[in-house]
Amino acid sequence: MGEMQELSTFWFVTIAAVKVVAVFTVVMGVVAYMTLAERRVSAFIQDRLGPNRVGPFGLLQPIADGIKNIIKEETMPGTAAKFYFVLGPALAIMPAVVTIAVIPFAAPLPTPVGTVDMVVADVPIGILYILALSSLAVYGIVLSGWASNNKYAFLGGLRASAQMISYEVALGLSVIAVLLLVGNVTLTETVWKQQQLGMWFVFPLSLAFIFFLISALAETNRLPFDMPEAESELITGYHTEYSAMKFSMFFIAEYAHVVTASALLATLFFGGWDIPFWTGDDMFRHEGGWIRGFDEAGAPIPATPSVLITLLTLGAFCAKTGFFLLLYIWIRWTLPRFRYDQVMHLGWKVLLPGALGYIMLVAGTMLVLDQLEVPYGMLYGGVLTAVSGITTLAFLFFVDRDRVISGAHRKRNVAGRRLPVAPKAGGPAATS
Amino acid sequence: MAISVKVMRRPEAGRTSYMRATLKGMSLTFRHMVRPTKVTLEYPEEQPDLHPRWRGTHRMEVHADGRPKCVACGLCPTVCPANCIRLVGGEDDQGNRYPIVYEIDEFRCIFCGMCQEVCPVEAIHVGQHFENAEYTRDRFVYDLDRLMEQDHPVTLLWDPSDPRSE
Repeated sequence: MGEMQELSTFWFVTIAAVKVVAVFTVVMGVVAYMTLAERRVSAFIQDRLGPNRVGPFGLLQPIADGIKNIIKEETMPGTAAKFYFVLGPALAIMPAVVTIAVIPFAAPLPTPVGTVDMVVADVPIGILYILALSSLAVYGIVLSGWASNNKYAFLGGLRASAQMISYEVALGLSVIAVLLLVGNVTLTETVWKQQQLGMWFVFPLSLAFIFFLISALAETNRLPFDMPEAESELITGYHTEYSAMKFSMFFIAEYAHVVTASALLATLFFGGWDIPFWTGDDMFRHEGGWIRGFDEAGAPIPATPSVLITLLTLGAFCAKTGFFLLLYIWIRWTLPRFRYDQVMHLGWKVLLPGALGYIMLVAGTMLVLDQLEVPYGMLYGGVLTAVSGITTLAFLFFVDRDRVISGAHRKRNVAGRRLPVAPKAGGPAATS
Repeated sequence: MAISVKVMRRPEAGRTSYMRATLKGMSLTFRHMVRPTKVTLEYPEEQPDLHPRWRGTHRMEVHADGRPKCVACGLCPTVCPANCIRLVGGEDDQGNRYPIVYEIDEFRCIFCGMCQEVCPVEAIHVGQHFENAEYTRDRFVYDLDRLMEQDHPVTLLWDPSDPRSE
């Protein structure tokens, strides 16, 4: 029991290819149906019905949209830089679809030829790979904004680059708290450590979760952070000049980013494919076998991969990711867009120092716990949960009510003095 | 239904909780999302509820023997503000006046309903009908036969004693 049959090279390559095709197909399918879900959910929020004409409940709408986008005329502005104009959408879509590769989506699957990891590529640099590739997405946006030779497109591209750089920092720093607790950067180990801690990282690292959620919204250019598109200010920003399938590729890229971000949120903070309140699904590769955990004496408890567990954990992962997909849509249709200076303010003056301070806090708490030789488990997580909970409440308290971020209605400057008000024309101030 | 303007009272700076406002907004949108009643009218399957005084394309009333009720008095082309009615009257051997030509250009018509109001014999009516799509423009000039074929309900005239048709 627990012994692992290694895959032969032939089967490894074959199964890897199958996984690549399967995951890519599923992601593209989810992206297609996200466009439908976005329209349906937004309609439901606004007491409408949304597209329900094509197929039952409008389920064939994405296919109709796809056919329409493929057979539409591709327009090219006369003054556009042609090569980069075409390169833009390709660069935008590529990082969006490859980042999903390192996210584990189920417990290992036993097959007659050996046990198969349910992740496309369990690379040792997991999270770093995601951070590196997801920040490449901005090149596509900036390049297409510049190549369009349109001032609004260019402004959109510039805004995208500024916003991505700002929030990339906060995103990376909020992940560091997770890395501290995991002690590694692979996502399979992130899931395993959450199973060992007995709780999902959203509790012991609640503030990191909030930072990550906000930064992920900004990174995917979704409302309330859709500054690069900002229809009311910039037409549609960087993809103003694009039509047909090239426009559609930006659309696919955005939703693929949303899917990746949702899967990442589920993996980093909600236990990945872990099923809550059940240790039967815990499984990790340990010294050539599969283990469920360690007993009191520190001896490994073997685990047996089974098809049923794989299916159940796949369901758990899909449910969590689906929840975050819905949350993305839900937030988009609730919150209005931030002003540009507010976005920059939040990124640099709130999230960056907040995340840095939080890393120090988590590291300090962990140092104290390790010095006291508290075992990695429920108590360890409980102390961190308490510390993080208090910090989160304090953070939310200070961010709230104009204490840190102020709205447009605030007429006072930093020192608390009233800003000079221009005298009214024809008023007593002007006549005297 | 009178249009009412809701005036929002803006709270002073520092007195609004963004967190509370955000959560309130999220719960509001969620409640609307799961609310089963939607305002959408699924048109081809569901027909809209037309008001009794709603005015659409015309209809000519006919006698039991199939003759049009119109007596070619010429009041409707006179009163028509859009000048869309063409009427050529004739007289049979008993001295009854009847329309030889009666055409309404539905493209020019502004659906004011004055032809119906002015008609002394209740022959021409505007009706409760709006599904008028055609393939060519000339199909929108309705001649007498076409007007007599129409069988949709006619529009209720305004009654001063019941100004809201209740």
